[in-house]
Amino acid sequence: MKKNFKLIGLDCANCAAQIENAIQKIDGVKNASVSFMTGKLMLECEDNSQDEILKKVKKVVKREEPDVEVKEL
Amino acid sequence: MKKRLIKIIIALILFIVSLTINFSNEWINKGIYIVSYLIVGFDIVKKAVRNIFRGKVFDENFLMTVATIGAFAIGEFPEAVAVMLFYQVGELFQSYAVDKSRKSIANLMDIRPDYANLKTENKIEKVNPEEVKIGQEILVKPGEKIPLDGTITEGKSMIDTSALTGESVPREVKIGENILSGCINKTGLLTIKVTKEFGESTVSKILDLVENASSKKAKSENFISKFAKYYTPIVVIIAIALAIIPPFIFKNGEFIDWLYRALTFLVVSCPCALVISIPLGFFGGIGGASKQGILVKGSNYLEALSQTEIVVFDKTGTLTQGVFEVQKVNPIGISEDELLKMTAFAENYSNHPIATSIKKAYRKEIKNETILKTEELSGLGVEAKIEGKEVLVGNEKLMQEKGISYTKCEDIGTIVYVAIDEQFVGTIVISDKIKEDSQNAIKNLKEMNIKKIVMLTGDKKEVSENIAKKLGIDQVYSELLPDGKVQKVEELLKEKSEKGKLAFVGDGINDAPVIALADIGIAMGGLGSDSSIEAADVVIMTDEPSKIENAIKISKKTMRIVKENIIFAIAIKIGVLLLSAIGLSTMWEAVFADVGVSVIAIINSLRALKTN
Repeated sequence: MKKNFKLIGLDCANCAAQIENAIQKIDGVKNASVSFMTGKLMLECEDNSQDEILKKVKKVVKREEPDVEVKEL
Repeated sequence: MKKRLIKIIIALILFIVSLTINFSNEWINKGIYIVSYLIVGFDIVKKAVRNIFRGKVFDENFLMTVATIGAFAIGEFPEAVAVMLFYQVGELFQSYAVDKSRKSIANLMDIRPDYANLKTENKIEKVNPEEVKIGQEILVKPGEKIPLDGTITEGKSMIDTSALTGESVPREVKIGENILSGCINKTGLLTIKVTKEFGESTVSKILDLVENASSKKAKSENFISKFAKYYTPIVVIIAIALAIIPPFIFKNGEFIDWLYRALTFLVVSCPCALVISIPLGFFGGIGGASKQGILVKGSNYLEALSQTEIVVFDKTGTLTQGVFEVQKVNPIGISEDELLKMTAFAENYSNHPIATSIKKAYRKEIKNETILKTEELSGLGVEAKIEGKEVLVGNEKLMQEKGISYTKCEDIGTIVYVAIDEQFVGTIVISDKIKEDSQNAIKNLKEMNIKKIVMLTGDKKEVSENIAKKLGIDQVYSELLPDGKVQKVEELLKEKSEKGKLAFVGDGINDAPVIALADIGIAMGGLGSDSSIEAADVVIMTDEPSKIENAIKISKKTMRIVKENIIFAIAIKIGVLLLSAIGLSTMWEAVFADVGVSVIAIINSLRALKTN
C-alpha cells in the first residue's frame, strides 16, 4: 500500500530527515520518504497491518517534532 | 513570522540599551540582558527542555540553549544575548527564504485548475474539476485553464501550452481535436467533451510527478543525511573533550576559556545548512526543468543526467518524425504532376503508409470513377487501369517481373517505380523526415563532451546509415528487432566508465524494455501519452530532441550548485571549528557558520530554479 501524507508545520530540514529515518525503522514499513520542500511524506507499507503502522507513524512524528501534524491526503 | 520579527526587534532594542548605557548597578544591565534573552530565546529554551525529556540531545534548540546559558555562566552576558539574537534573525531569514522558494516553485506548478464550467441541460455550472465525469461537456472561456482532457466539440481557439511544454508559441485548435488539461485557452470559446476524469488527466499526472520527484533521493542527498548523522555527535563529543581535557593538561589553562571554546563548538554543530540547501537545489532543478517541458522523475535521475556519457537514440519518431513523406518525384517523359496523379490514383484503395504518403503529396481530389480496376500484387505493388491506361506501381521487382526496362534510382529511402502502358515513367522517393532540430541536438550534445552518440533502429541499413551520416551520429545499429535493441543497449552499458551513465531516448511507445534497462530512460513526445509518462525516468513533453541537451545542462548546473553548497558549508564549518579550538574565533563567527551559511546556501540553491 502506498499513501501520501502532509506534514503540517514542518519547518526544519533536519527534522524532516530525522522523521524520515525514524519512520523507516518502523516494522512493516517498506519505504518512507519525507520531502522537506513539499512538506510531504510518502509511505509504502505492508497491507495487513495498515492501521497499526499508521498509528506508529503518527506517534513517531509526535516524538520527533511535537508541533508537526500528520494529515492524510 | 511577524510575531517572531517583533520579538527580535524588542529584544534588540533592550540589548542595545544595556550595551550602551552603564547603569549604576551592574545587575540592572545584567537584568536587561536576561529579559532580552528570554524575549528572543524563550521558545528555543522551552523546546530544548521538552526535547531532553524525549531523549533528543543533539537537536539544534538544545545546542543553542547550552551554548548561550553556558555563556551566561561564564559571565559573557552580552555575548549570550547576541548569539541568541543572531541565531533567531538567521532562522527567520531562513524560513523566509525557504518559504519564498516553495512559493516560486508552487507558482511554476500553478497549472492546477480550480474549477470547470460544466454544461448541464439548461445552464452552466461552476464545479470542482474532480466532479466532472467522462462524456460530460464543459465550457472553457478565453483566459481560463483547460481543466480536463477532452475533445473539442464546438469552437476554435489558440491555446497556450507553455505550462506543459515550455513552448511559448500558441497552438491553434479546432473542432474534433484532442485537447489537454493544463493548457490555457487564449482567444475563443471552446466546448469540450471530457475524455478523462480529473485524476487521470494530464494536469494531475504532471503535478503528481513533479511533486513526488523529490522523494527519489540523489546520492549526494543521501551522503548529506549520513554526514549529518555523524557530524553533530562528533562535534559535541569534541566540545565536551575540549572543555574537560585541556585544563588538566595545561596547568595554567583557564577552565573558562576552554569552556567558551567548547560552547562555540556547540553552536557550529548543527548540519542545517547542508541538510536544507541540497534538497532545495534539486527541487529547484526539477522545477526549472519542468518549466521547459522536461519532467524529471527524481533527484537521482537529475544527478545521473549530469554524468551522461553515452546517449542512445531510437530513430523513428525520435530523431525522425516517424511519418513517411514524399521526398522527391523523378518523372521521365511525363510531368511531375501527372506522375504523382497516376500513382495516387493507383494507390487509392491501399492503406499502406507509403500509399498514404503519396496520396497526401498529391493533395487533390481522387476521382474514383476513372479507376477501373486495381489489383494488389503481393510483395510487388499494384496494377491498375486508370483513364484507360495500364498503370503499374511498385518496387523494382515488379518492373523486372513485368519485363519493363527501367533505370535504377540511387536515392535513399523507399523507391516506388511507376510504369504506364508498359513504359517506365519515373520514380517517387519516400522516406521518413528528419526532425528540424535533430542535427543541432546531436552537434550540441557532442560539444557537451558526451562520449558517444548511438542510433538504434529497425529500419534498413542504407536508410539508417544515411540519416546517421547526415546527423553526425557516431555509431548505428540497424535492422534490429525489439530484443536486438535490448541486446545492443546491454553491450553499450558495458562500454561506459564506472561512473558514467547511459541515456536512452525513445518515443516510449514500443521501447519500454530499453527505457527500463538504460540508466536514464528518456521518453519523448510525452504530451498526452500515458504509457511513456509511466515508463520513463525523464519525460520530454515536446518532440524536440534538442531538449535532451537542455536537460543535461540543467542537471549539470544543479549539480554544480549542490556541490558548491556542500563544499562551502563544510569548509566554513570546519574552518570555524579549527579557529575556535585554538581560541581565535568567537561565538559570533560560530553563529555565522551556522545560520549565515544556511542562508547563503539557500540563496545559492534558488539559482537552480532559473533555467535561462
